Amino acid sequence: MSFAPPTLLASALDFFLNQASHQLPMLETTAPPRKAPLHPPLDTRYQVETPEGIDLPLRPAGLMSRAMAFAIDLGFRGAILGVLFVALAFLGKLGMGLGSLLLFLISWWYMVLFEVLNQGRSPGKMLMGLRVVQDDGTPIGWGPSLTRNLLRFADMLPFGYFLGAISCLQHPTFKRLGDLAAGTLVIYRERTLERPALPEAEPKRAPFALKLDEQRAILGFAERQSQLSAERIEELAAILAQPLQVPITQAKAELNGIARGFLGPT
Amino acid sequence: MKQSLFESRHQPEWQRFSQLLEQLERRQAKAEDCLSFPQDYRRLCQHLALAQERGYSSYLIDPLQQLALRGHQQLYRQRTPMSAKVLGFVLAGFPRLVREQWRFVLAAGLLFFGSLLGFGLLVYLFPDLVYSLISPEQVGAMQSMYDPDSSRLGRDAARASSEDWVMFGYYIMNNIGIAFQTFASGLLFGLGSVFFLFFNGLMIGAIAGHLTQIGSGQTFWSFVIGHGAFELTAIALAGAAGLQLGWALIAPGRLPRGEALLQASRKSVQLVCGVMLFLLIAAFIEAYWSSLTWPAPWIKYLVGAALWALVALYLIFAGRTAHAPE
Repeated sequence: MSFAPPTLLASALDFFLNQASHQLPMLETTAPPRKAPLHPPLDTRYQVETPEGIDLPLRPAGLMSRAMAFAIDLGFRGAILGVLFVALAFLGKLGMGLGSLLLFLISWWYMVLFEVLNQGRSPGKMLMGLRVVQDDGTPIGWGPSLTRNLLRFADMLPFGYFLGAISCLQHPTFKRLGDLAAGTLVIYRERTLERPALPEAEPKRAPFALKLDEQRAILGFAERQSQLSAERIEELAAILAQPLQVPITQAKAELNGIARGFLGPT
Repeated sequence: MKQSLFESRHQPEWQRFSQLLEQLERRQAKAEDCLSFPQDYRRLCQHLALAQERGYSSYLIDPLQQLALRGHQQLYRQRTPMSAKVLGFVLAGFPRLVREQWRFVLAAGLLFFGSLLGFGLLVYLFPDLVYSLISPEQVGAMQSMYDPDSSRLGRDAARASSEDWVMFGYYIMNNIGIAFQTFASGLLFGLGSVFFLFFNGLMIGAIAGHLTQIGSGQTFWSFVIGHGAFELTAIALAGAAGLQLGWALIAPGRLPRGEALLQASRKSVQLVCGVMLFLLIAAFIEAYWSSLTWPAPWIKYLVGAALWALVALYLIFAGRTAHAPE
């Protein structure tokens, strides 16, 4: 078996890795690179290390989606209060007393109750796919939830969430003041992944030893083929045609074969 | 080991774990099913670490990561029996906390009661001063409210007893709102709390001084003395909680500011829970006792003094013994 010149091979692989990882933004953070020359990707993920020694990535939610969630909640609360007040108006004086109790409950406790009892999700957050957790990724409790929602008042100063927005925009995990004090985090909920089928190919061995992130890049290339255009697949595969010592037209099949080989017999 | 083999070997385990997780999340899990949960979770973590280390595909690692995150949230959540905790807090925890934070409580108390008494005295001596703070219309409204000739007292002179309930709701909304504002604005380096304490002290002082000066003192003082014990103390304590937050930012000691703020907020939110309790009691007294007109003023003063003494004794002595109920 003949080898491509090592410098050429290394640079081609690096280039492929870079190209492929632009397509695959989650690749190299999920597996810690051993001797990776890559820059860490520009993303907002927040890693929580558990007592078991594994890193769980959380995805903090930014200002816009949180503002949308708040707007939905505001509308929802307004609707509840509107309906209740109409209903309570028939009860006369008793209704007025009940009404102001409800106004108090809904304006100060709506968020707290939903967050603690509904896995960190108020209706607005639910619709936007968000949830509140504590800094260590555990579900939010009464104390932190109360803190972050009481301090909402400070976030709203001097008008329209001014301080909250500034704090949110400059913080690496988008915390507003209430989140800072309570030690909480608003994250995107995880969605279940649809697993694509690997393209059919004859399993093959790679003609040279591959590093871990290179293996993952090739696997990723095969798994994400259905999401890429035919031209882009050709273009990516062509980068490795020379080191693999195959014609450019066969590079794609070769890479799919290697990916099959990594996966093993099913 | 190749990825497929690894997957086919452990897939059933992962599926069982995810089913158990779903039950736990819906709080329908049976106790005997959960016995092996910690082992299963740690095993899953081990599989995840292996999968990462061996460079398996993201489509294997990401679902494992999601399972691990959900498992983490189930295993490490805080569970405390709520009722026992509440009882322990009311009987011992809250007064202990107030004593522990005596510096902030003292500062907030001085600010609030100092401005209240000081300005009250000033208005009593120089009656025109009240108009520098409160508009003449509002002063007029206050005067008619505490007119000695009216049959019932409170914020609306003509209200009947069926309205006690209305006022109860109103007091809760209004007073707890003020307390929360006083607390939350403390996050701005304590400035907000200082402002609200001082401002509310001035307002109440001005009204008290003015009404005493024009001769409605009897109706006013007999009305406010009862619930004032809880209400005014609660506002001062809310301010103390806010000052604590602000102080953590101004002088974090040997901690980073964020960490100091976190620790302070844990304490101060407990203080605010106690404040809410006080304000609920205050609203109850205000709506159902203070507004009554049949008790002679001396009875009201007596009950009021007893309530003040109760608050003081509670905050100073409750929870001092080592065997205080937990």
